[in-house]
Amino acid sequence: MAGLFHRIGERERRPVRLVVDGTPLEALEGDTLLVAILTQRAALRLNEFDGGPRAGFCLMGACQDCRVWTEAGESLRACSTPVAEGMRILTREVAWTGQP
Amino acid sequence: MDRPAVIVIGAGPAGIRAAARLVQAGLRPVLIEEGGREGGQIYRRQPANFTRPPAALYGADAGRATRLHGDFAALRAQIDWRPETLAWGVTEDGLMLLREGRAEALPWQAMILATGATERVMPVPGWTLPGVYGLGGAQIALKAQAALIGQRPVFLGTGPLLYLVAWQYAKAGADVQAVLDTSPWHLRLRAAPWLAARPGMLARGLRYTADLRRRGVRLAGGVTPLGIEGEGQVAALRWRDAAGREQRTECDAIGLGHGLRSETQLADLLQCDFAFDPVARQWLPVRDADGRSTRTGVYLAGDGALARGADAAEAAGQLAACAALRDLGHPVDELEMTTLRGRLRPMGRFRRGIETAFPWPARLAAGLPDETVICRCESITAGDIRASARALDAPEVNRAKAFIRAGMGRCQGRVCGLAAAEVLAAARGVPVEQVGRLRGAAPVKPLPAATEFAE
Ligand SMILES: Cc1cc2nc3c(=O)[nH]c(=O)nc-3n(C[C@H](O)[C@H](O)[C@H](O)COP(=O)(O)OP(=O)(O)OC[C@H]3O[C@@H](n4cnc5c(N)ncnc54)[C@H](O)[C@@H]3O)c2cc1C
Repeated sequence: MAGLFHRIGERERRPVRLVVDGTPLEALEGDTLLVAILTQRAALRLNEFDGGPRAGFCLMGACQDCRVWTEAGESLRACSTPVAEGMRILTREVAWTGQP
Repeated sequence: MDRPAVIVIGAGPAGIRAAARLVQAGLRPVLIEEGGREGGQIYRRQPANFTRPPAALYGADAGRATRLHGDFAALRAQIDWRPETLAWGVTEDGLMLLREGRAEALPWQAMILATGATERVMPVPGWTLPGVYGLGGAQIALKAQAALIGQRPVFLGTGPLLYLVAWQYAKAGADVQAVLDTSPWHLRLRAAPWLAARPGMLARGLRYTADLRRRGVRLAGGVTPLGIEGEGQVAALRWRDAAGREQRTECDAIGLGHGLRSETQLADLLQCDFAFDPVARQWLPVRDADGRSTRTGVYLAGDGALARGADAAEAAGQLAACAALRDLGHPVDELEMTTLRGRLRPMGRFRRGIETAFPWPARLAAGLPDETVICRCESITAGDIRASARALDAPEVNRAKAFIRAGMGRCQGRVCGLAAAEVLAAARGVPVEQVGRLRGAAPVKPLPAATEFAE
């Protein structure tokens, strides 16, 4: 699947490996989760009310339309969360377990 | 810390200048910033491991940006700097903070709110499709992440940011398909006397437009957006030109925005008085010329009080700090304050010109088809709001909110509030100021489920 976003430079950064919905995804250090995912996919999540695909909107922490989840069920704002090695992300909500 | 703090919220140009002025008077203010780094919107910093030079990031503003970042670096040891900290609520007793999953209350003595602005957006049918972003969001992708929202974008909306972001994208190598302005060209003539208050800024805007034209980018004014098409992501925009002809422009992304809306939730929680500003068509906290709110000890500066741009934000930040210092009993030279007020005057006139040339397209609200999503959080449509206006008889936005939840989603109406009010006002046939305003509520942004509350 092609991504929505296109990198225009700053490619000489250290790779960071994540797992998104069980699939490995390679990002670059300094990426936000949103950019890491959307350079390789066309959506971030499904809206809880209409089921439609969403890919964020404001990129500045206001709209809350880029929420994704850790496998432990913690919700993250993808536009303002930097990627970290070994992150395991889900694009659909799961019950929060409180376990990291 | 025993003595209650003097707190500045927001580390954009307004907040940094306010903090600097407090330090100059011998105080050690707390500076709260939700983001990881200082700079705010316009002087937003890229992550530390990125290497593009300031000129590539900030263009004509590079000098101002590096000066502000440099001044902040010098200030840092003299303030209580709290990045990655959200101010999410406030009472008489304390400012509620969230940092790394822990909430705490900070007692305060005086507070300068320099919380900036977010995009003002009139929805377009189909705008929830992946690939549609705020103009500011499109710019943030470029500035802070070296990424484009698409390779063949259309920019739609109105205001200086429309042309600036389109120009930045074209310069970065995007094949910009069109720049479509909802404001008709002739309004710029009407605005010219006010815009002339800042000739340099005006010239800059004209340069961006001329350069876009030279690059062969299609520019149109007075457009009516009709709908965004695509399966799973944006493929085209349908719109009507000023002559009434229907047009279709293929694209892989859309940057959408119609100016700015001030972030005013904290002022609301503090029960500051608000007044309807007919120029901006927004409810804004009432303040005096120096930034005092109607609530003792609470000051307002920058775009969070009134969107006047970055230079005004710097002057207003310093001025609000002067006012706070005076009220706290510190000596402040009257000349300094007079000078700052004088510097702000042309910026106020310029802002009036901007709002005249590039008005919020309130007229479009009445024409949005019923199925248009207004609230992105909970998928509430224009039809839902109209139904609440008629059948449920919701006279104002807070009642409509209680009936149909518009503005009660996770974003608290930051994205949909102004448009929802226009849809409601049009449906009831009353001026928008008569449908009231959405009230802020704590937490002003969602807190994580795992938040620990300190005693
Ligand atoms: C997306 C966007 C892009 C823009 N781009 C340009 C541009 O390219 N050129 C231009 O001339 N003007 C631009 N503007 C306008 C310009 O940003 C402003 O005029 C200027 O940055 C205003 O400075 P400020 O200090 O008032 O607010 P800002 O620079 O917006 O800073 C406010 C700060 O407060 C923080 N904050 C807000 N609420 C809280 C809270 N509750 N808790 C903790 N922190 C908080 C925010 O994270 C932010 O860093 C843009 C505005 C926006 C919204």
